Amino acid sequence: MTALLEVRDLCTQFSTLDGVVRAVDGVSFDVARGETLGIVGESGCGKSVTALSILRLIPPETGRIASGSIHFEGNDLATLGEREMKRLRGHRISMIFQEPMTSLNPVLTVGTQIAENVVRHLDVSWKQARERAREMLDLVRIADSRRRIDEYPHQLSGGMRQRVMIAMALSCDPQVLIADEPTTALDVTIQAQILDLMLELKEKTGTAIVLITHDLGVVAETAERVVVMYAGRKVEEAPVDALFERPLHPYTRGLMAAIPRLDVDAESDGRRPRLQEIPGLVPRLTQPIVGCAFASRCGLATDRCRTTAPPVVDAGGGHTVACWEARP
Amino acid sequence: MVAITDDLPLAPRRFSLGSAIRRNPTIAIGAVLLIVLIAIAVVGPYFVGNPLKIAPVNRLRPPSERWWFGTDQFGRDVFARTIYGSRVSLIVGLSVAAISSALGLILGLACGYFRRLDGFVMRIMDGVMAIPSILLAIALITLTRPGLGIVIVAIVIPEVPRVVRVVRAIVLSIRSQPYIESAIAGGTRNAKLLLRHVLPNTLAPLIVQSTYVCASAMLIEAGLSFLGAGVPPEIPSWGNIIAQGRTFFQIAPWTILIPGAFLATTVLAVNLLGDGLRDRLDPRLARRL
Amino acid sequence: MTAYIARRVFAVLPVMAVVALFVFFLLRFAPGDPAAIIAGDDATSETIAAVRAKLGLDRPVVEQFLLWVWGLLHGDLGESVFSNLPVTRLIAQRLEPTAALTLATLFVSVAMAVPIGVLAAWKARKLVDRLVMGFAVLGFAVPAFVLAYVLIYFFAMQWQLLPVQGYQPIAGGLWPFAQSLILPSMALGITYMALIARVTRASMLEVLQQDYIRTANAKGLATDRVLLLHALKNASVPIVTVIGIGIALLISGVVITETVFNIPGLGRLTVDAVLKRDYPIVQGLILVFAAAKVFLNLLIDISYAFLDPRIRY
Repeated sequence: MTALLEVRDLCTQFSTLDGVVRAVDGVSFDVARGETLGIVGESGCGKSVTALSILRLIPPETGRIASGSIHFEGNDLATLGEREMKRLRGHRISMIFQEPMTSLNPVLTVGTQIAENVVRHLDVSWKQARERAREMLDLVRIADSRRRIDEYPHQLSGGMRQRVMIAMALSCDPQVLIADEPTTALDVTIQAQILDLMLELKEKTGTAIVLITHDLGVVAETAERVVVMYAGRKVEEAPVDALFERPLHPYTRGLMAAIPRLDVDAESDGRRPRLQEIPGLVPRLTQPIVGCAFASRCGLATDRCRTTAPPVVDAGGGHTVACWEARP
Repeated sequence: MVAITDDLPLAPRRFSLGSAIRRNPTIAIGAVLLIVLIAIAVVGPYFVGNPLKIAPVNRLRPPSERWWFGTDQFGRDVFARTIYGSRVSLIVGLSVAAISSALGLILGLACGYFRRLDGFVMRIMDGVMAIPSILLAIALITLTRPGLGIVIVAIVIPEVPRVVRVVRAIVLSIRSQPYIESAIAGGTRNAKLLLRHVLPNTLAPLIVQSTYVCASAMLIEAGLSFLGAGVPPEIPSWGNIIAQGRTFFQIAPWTILIPGAFLATTVLAVNLLGDGLRDRLDPRLARRL
Repeated sequence: MTAYIARRVFAVLPVMAVVALFVFFLLRFAPGDPAAIIAGDDATSETIAAVRAKLGLDRPVVEQFLLWVWGLLHGDLGESVFSNLPVTRLIAQRLEPTAALTLATLFVSVAMAVPIGVLAAWKARKLVDRLVMGFAVLGFAVPAFVLAYVLIYFFAMQWQLLPVQGYQPIAGGLWPFAQSLILPSMALGITYMALIARVTRASMLEVLQQDYIRTANAKGLATDRVLLLHALKNASVPIVTVIGIGIALLISGVVITETVFNIPGLGRLTVDAVLKRDYPIVQGLILVFAAAKVFLNLLIDISYAFLDPRIRY
């Protein structure tokens, strides 16, 4: 099976007052047709920038894709012309964002905001596009779509706005939906509903989902494969079950130790084991990192880790890891 | 993008005059221009001839080595007149800025603080603001004898409400801050509260606003003098020099263009200073205008 | 919606009342003897007494006030001290040039300044943006009458493209009418344009950073739709506000511009009245100008309701 989207050695950099920030530093992964890929990591690890790079939505004044390629449907999105990119955004690849409160335009009706995407990319009239918008609102289960279509975002709740965002993103049947922390800003109960909705729609439409999150719990429930990122680099990639059963990279293990668990037995004195935090800070990205990016925080680090970046090794079964000390 | 820069601690920067000017060149340019103009206004008149001396033989001479800025239809030296004119502009600009800021600060603090006064005073301010400033000044001047003092008063009145609104808005926003509410709840006296917490917060916007008032006052004074409703003709001001050049503009354009250029440069200097200060002191205000 | 409009209309009344009170009491509380000042330095005591009677200053203030308000409510602004003509008729005769000049400048300035501001924000920090900002800073500094003479010098004297001064009524043909308005509009509009362009740019820059603009770009929308619909509509409230604030600038400027270009409008009437110290005319003109400004600002307040659905009616 060939991949739908192939990201190879992607490097995205920003110029800031303190120098060049290497926000994404040589990341590669594939997205297969119809699958759900999770990208996890702490805030600032480059996962959102990776997503924005795929759609080339990096603010051009400060940021640029420095090297690497993004193959999709026979084109390299890293170098494709802006005109062709515009045809592709919202049509073949679409995106939803973290903040449903601010991601919808406050002065346009939700109907207009969905329909304009349809009119832009498909050869239909405004009337047909509006009908499509209404169908999409039904599809994302917004009750009373006939009335809601003419409402403004401030008249909707946060969960409903994120449903509108999903309706908008899926309105042209894209091949890939990139969801950047789609549930982070929502109430816990709403979060589950939105995730269920996304998975259900994925089954219906066959759209591949790239789900970006800092929440391993969300990944465990939704993703089929997981990419773990740290300081702009990919440190581990595995099918979701393999990753949770046998995390190989010390950073992945650290992340998992930081999740509260209910299935671990309480100790004899009735207390649960203390949650583990990862000591230290994420390294600054303004200087090139020598060796492994995680070395300064890693309990297993050796001299080799501090001088030479570890290669990505195959641990079998689609499980890869970039660590000198990992024992497959 | 934001998430990334958030994680990066910014290196502390050492203060240096060079980098301050590079970051904020408008303040430097405005300040230097203004200092030069003030120097001209203060010492200039001691070095030039009599701006009122009429010499019909030398009427309408173009700029030359003898008359740098030419002469007007009475043979008066436009250079001398322009240098003297800078005094009027600066006196009017600075005194209107000082008086309206002081009055505006007092009224604004009172309105923002004593809510019962607010409605009444603000209605009056709205009414005064509804009258275009030059017309308001003209109306006052119609009823009095001409003079520099009345011109200043006539410009102060329409400028005060603009200051009041700025100060009042700040006081109201500060009042709703939790630390002020807790100070009120803790029984801090009004006067102390105003002096210690509210006043310091109003200073930066007040300084910025007063530079704009200064620029606007200079323009209004020139406009009034141009219309013949400003300072009397025996005091040369850029506005009335231009007014007197009107009749002979087609043969002697220098009588208008040169004082006009001085006026524009002065206003530009004050505005640049104001813009620079605003960007430096109050980024929120920068967005509003 | 109707309730919102009604409230805005109602809010106009106290403002106009303050304006009326202000001009009324200005005459009564002016330092010195206004009648003597109006009559002039070499006036006899009989002339001064006549002026005083004419202005009603010899009657009790309350009576004067009631008479004056009664007149105002009937559209009577009093009579000129010198020509004895009713102020309303004097104003009506001079209305056309001023209305034409002000409205032409208003529309042309807005139509030019908003696109310029949008362009500057879109090309922020590029050459176009720096040129626009430079123009805006200069536009604030150059007074209308100085610019007017510079324009006359080049367009009328050096290149002889346009008339030096004067006004052609619209009844005399559209082209001469338009021609006579071009230079005055440019001189009058420059500060106004600078103000609008600057606020448009600032407001657009802020909006262009918002998440919903990123969403619009993620939909692959055409640049013009993102800029002119998604961004400009959100940026419009401050822009429209400053269009309203600037109307005061236009009205102050029109008095000066008409003097430079010898246009027989309300501005000229004002200046002539001031020089003759004909206070009833000045008073009437202030009321008319303030009413025009308040009315245009009312329209702007009402337009907010159409621009931003979040404004509570």
